[in-house]
Amino acid sequence: MKEEVVDVTKDEATLPAPRDAAADGPGEPLLVVEQLVKHFPVKGGFPIRRTIGAVQAVDGIDLTVRVGESFGLVGESGCGKSTTGRLITRLLEPTGGKISYRGQDITHASRKQLAPIRSEIQMIFQDPYSSLNPRQTVGKIISGPMEINGIQPSGGREERVRELLEIVGLNPEHYNRFPHEFSGGQRQRIGVARALALEPKLIVADEPVSALDVSIQAQVVNLLQKVQKELGIAFLFIAHDLAVVRHFSHRVAVMYLGKIIEVGDRDSIYTRPRHPYTHALLSAVPEVNLDGTDEAQRERIRLAGDVPSPISPPSGCRFRTRCWKAQDKCATQEPPLVQISGNRPGHLTACHFPEEPTVEAREEDIVLDPALAALEDTQPKTGGAGD
Amino acid sequence: MLRFLIRRTLGAVVILFLLSIVTFLLFFGMPRDPGLLMCGKTCTPANLANIHHVLGLDKPVPEQYWIFLHNLVLGSNGFEQGPCPAPCFGYSYHTNELVWSTLMDRLPTTVSLTLGASICFLLVGLGTGMLAAWKRGTLIDKTVTAGSMVLSSMQIYFLGPLALAALVYQTHLFGKPSYNNFTGNPVAWFTGLLIPWVVLSTIFAAQYTRMARSSMIEQLQEEHVRTARAKGMSRQYVFFRYAWRGSLIPLVTIFGIDLGSLLGGAVITEYTFGLPGLGQLAVQSVFFSDLPLLLGVMLFSAAVILLFNIIVDACYAFIDPRVRLA
Amino acid sequence: MTTVTKESGAPAPAAEDAFLSVRDLHVSFRTEDGVVRAVDGLSFDLRRGRTLGIVGESGSGKSVTNLTILGLHNPMFTTVEGEIVLDGQELITAREPELEKLRGNKVAMIFQDPLTALSPYYTVGRQIAEPFMKHTGASKKAAWERAVEMLGKVGIPHPKERAKDYPHQFSGGMRQRAMIAMALVCDPDLLIADEPTTALDVTVQAQILDLLKDLQQEFGSAIVFITHDLGVIADMADDIMVMYAGSAVERGTVDEVLRSPQHPYTWGLLNSMPRLDSDLGTPLTPIPGTPPSLLTPPSGCRFHPRCGFRGEVGGTRCVDEQPLLPLGRGGACHLTAEQKRTIFIEQIKPRLR
Repeated sequence: MKEEVVDVTKDEATLPAPRDAAADGPGEPLLVVEQLVKHFPVKGGFPIRRTIGAVQAVDGIDLTVRVGESFGLVGESGCGKSTTGRLITRLLEPTGGKISYRGQDITHASRKQLAPIRSEIQMIFQDPYSSLNPRQTVGKIISGPMEINGIQPSGGREERVRELLEIVGLNPEHYNRFPHEFSGGQRQRIGVARALALEPKLIVADEPVSALDVSIQAQVVNLLQKVQKELGIAFLFIAHDLAVVRHFSHRVAVMYLGKIIEVGDRDSIYTRPRHPYTHALLSAVPEVNLDGTDEAQRERIRLAGDVPSPISPPSGCRFRTRCWKAQDKCATQEPPLVQISGNRPGHLTACHFPEEPTVEAREEDIVLDPALAALEDTQPKTGGAGD
Repeated sequence: MLRFLIRRTLGAVVILFLLSIVTFLLFFGMPRDPGLLMCGKTCTPANLANIHHVLGLDKPVPEQYWIFLHNLVLGSNGFEQGPCPAPCFGYSYHTNELVWSTLMDRLPTTVSLTLGASICFLLVGLGTGMLAAWKRGTLIDKTVTAGSMVLSSMQIYFLGPLALAALVYQTHLFGKPSYNNFTGNPVAWFTGLLIPWVVLSTIFAAQYTRMARSSMIEQLQEEHVRTARAKGMSRQYVFFRYAWRGSLIPLVTIFGIDLGSLLGGAVITEYTFGLPGLGQLAVQSVFFSDLPLLLGVMLFSAAVILLFNIIVDACYAFIDPRVRLA
Repeated sequence: MTTVTKESGAPAPAAEDAFLSVRDLHVSFRTEDGVVRAVDGLSFDLRRGRTLGIVGESGSGKSVTNLTILGLHNPMFTTVEGEIVLDGQELITAREPELEKLRGNKVAMIFQDPLTALSPYYTVGRQIAEPFMKHTGASKKAAWERAVEMLGKVGIPHPKERAKDYPHQFSGGMRQRAMIAMALVCDPDLLIADEPTTALDVTVQAQILDLLKDLQQEFGSAIVFITHDLGVIADMADDIMVMYAGSAVERGTVDEVLRSPQHPYTWGLLNSMPRLDSDLGTPLTPIPGTPPSLLTPPSGCRFHPRCGFRGEVGGTRCVDEQPLLPLGRGGACHLTAEQKRTIFIEQIKPRLR
């Protein structure tokens, strides 16, 4: 292990020197992703198997996570959000594009080149059951990253682990317990403690709460929020739950079929969205209406069908096959991700025919699903909650 | 399907090709000289050289291999024993018979022995295994499970001689196992193979019982099986239509391997019952350093095993529509 | 020891107009570690054409309850006590052939994951046609036509061709539509939907929920809708029953339960759930601790170890005595009605902004 650490310092010289600490103030870009592409080859053909196509999991996305900021990445399954997370943590090798961390290009950095950065970018996984080694004690799991990186905190590793357990709300006395002795929420806390062990600057959290029950989910969300605020760690928060992302993130990007279709500050995305898909996504979230009014206050949009296959995504705008505003232009020209007039700075939308910036109920619901449309034509309209 | 067959056949040919090279190399790596064995006790260097020349063993190994391949594909008239049509493995050093016809001679014995036994053990194994799964937790299940545990720990070289001793030599209830041509005398064919069949099925069936039971129980816990029950389908219907099909997949895999290796030459079985099949031939070829026979048995057995692998994979596609053959 | 207060002594008789009546249901499993009391004294009624939403977290007994209604539990390891009356017929004591006649016919089920819940070995059309043939005695051809008709109804494009496909050739949303078609093929009076949209994406979930609502209007079935998502329940249900650790802790209409909840667990659920319109200044208020093990459930009120309002009740009532839940509107809690109202208005509601 020691040998590797020595090598690392040697290799570091070949990389551009990281910017000095003064540039680390809040608001400075920490992670910059440009035109990131990941295609997974599809094998087939006859008589010799070869690559005959690609799953375009991530197809040219740009995003910036700033120091101390929480950046949310939302989208439905197959949109490429998890792949993006894995590319940034370099668990996957990008097909194209560029990932830079504090000005350093880490797109294709080798293991050794990455070593000093690895400790600064950590990952929290979705499944608290499979992401912890069942044969290791909690102490061993959490101190693992320190050992690998040869870090010896003052006061010793064990002391540091106890401190971390305390931070994530677990009993430091449980140092020698095994993961199976903990509940799902507690295991996710262990995962958080492990991610914090190296005092990272950026945590990529891939669906960190979606495997947990509602009451436990809130505990973990609060913990992450506390960590984010108090330790000033930047988060790339990947989730499909729009309400959780809204709760946690300063800025949010919406992905669809490997593209970011809209990005902006939380308020813009949730109250003044412009992309039809963002509208559809928000309107699809079932909500508890606590106001005591029966009238629907939010627009109702029901798309038709499912997301198309990322193997052969639609030409032009990828959402056009399910979009009510699509015209010929959408099939031929891919809309660029730009600031549309009327949007706040930093609120970018990739759409030729953007929607009005509101999520208020429309005069007429948009129901594209043929079965729904057919049923609703013959019936009195079904409204919001209850009777 | 056609693509699948072509691709897999090509793959099998490559494997057989590599196997033939390995066999060749191993043979010439052996410290024994087949010529010496043929030369006999009064061997002179001149005789030995002559034998080597006649067998072609004086040529360099790569050239010998090339000749072998050539003969295999195109046949040859270059043997002094007579013509050798493709697929030509040459003539046995030991018996001077055409290797291919020796193989074809022995094949019916092996096929009768193993196919007959396979049908028995498959029927018995699946039957009892499914019965145990159906009656899970009852006395029947426990009896079947315990019985199959005991029987599957038996070995052929224990149960075989035991059966022979008890049924043939002590009580004379049956004749000594023998192979009779089916077309010549079906009754003799049947009685001659009865004891090997019973012994083989006993041992194999026990494994299949256990596998069929566990596989069936696993399938019965599948969600789609529960859905079928929730639709109002009867227990029998769900058992035989929904659960059974999925439970076949692991069984087919094992059956393919078993049948392939049995057909490829069940050495111990044939030796135990003194039946002249491919397994015996394999032993003989090694014993006499009989290169043409060795290559013949090796490649033929391997081809049979590969064939059954392809059949098994094709079976998956018939059982499970999610499996696409390509 | 625990004093269990039975609901008004003996179980109340089934309500006159109830289509499904469950009384004092107990379900327990024998496992290697001991007896798991998955459902413990559950009672509820459901009227025709209504939707009852059962909300609860994993291990609350919501799914077990509904498998028990159809007798789909494994009788080898399960003990069921109590009474389940469907349209005048007692189901717990019913014999297997009688239950088979009900399943898929009068009572149908939709499961969570349509990929594993549909058989991979048969075509979608065949799987839909099967129960129709069995329950109506229709010919193979008529049943197939019915299957195609149902597929069309649930919004599968080109139903004639798609009926010949296998489930793996369908997308996730399409599979759940096929599942719904299968459940509705015999026009059931009761549809039990067990987390039918949990495995789906949010836009597809919205389509499926609306489809279920619209189809309910057409078919007039009663629905038991099981979910962990309060948003979904608010969207779907007429009445709500909140379950915790094997028993119901609160019930009422959607408006009642969501707008003036009476049980600390319901408060906890509402407070821990982020919403699209919640105030971002206030952090979520999670329920402390973790759900109890059903091998050794807590004494008295099952929720007392996690309850922040135990002090308000005073004494050891919460630990000793299981609070009862009336069959109508109410919450199973020892707090007085006045306390519940004040706590909700003063402490809970402000956090829901």
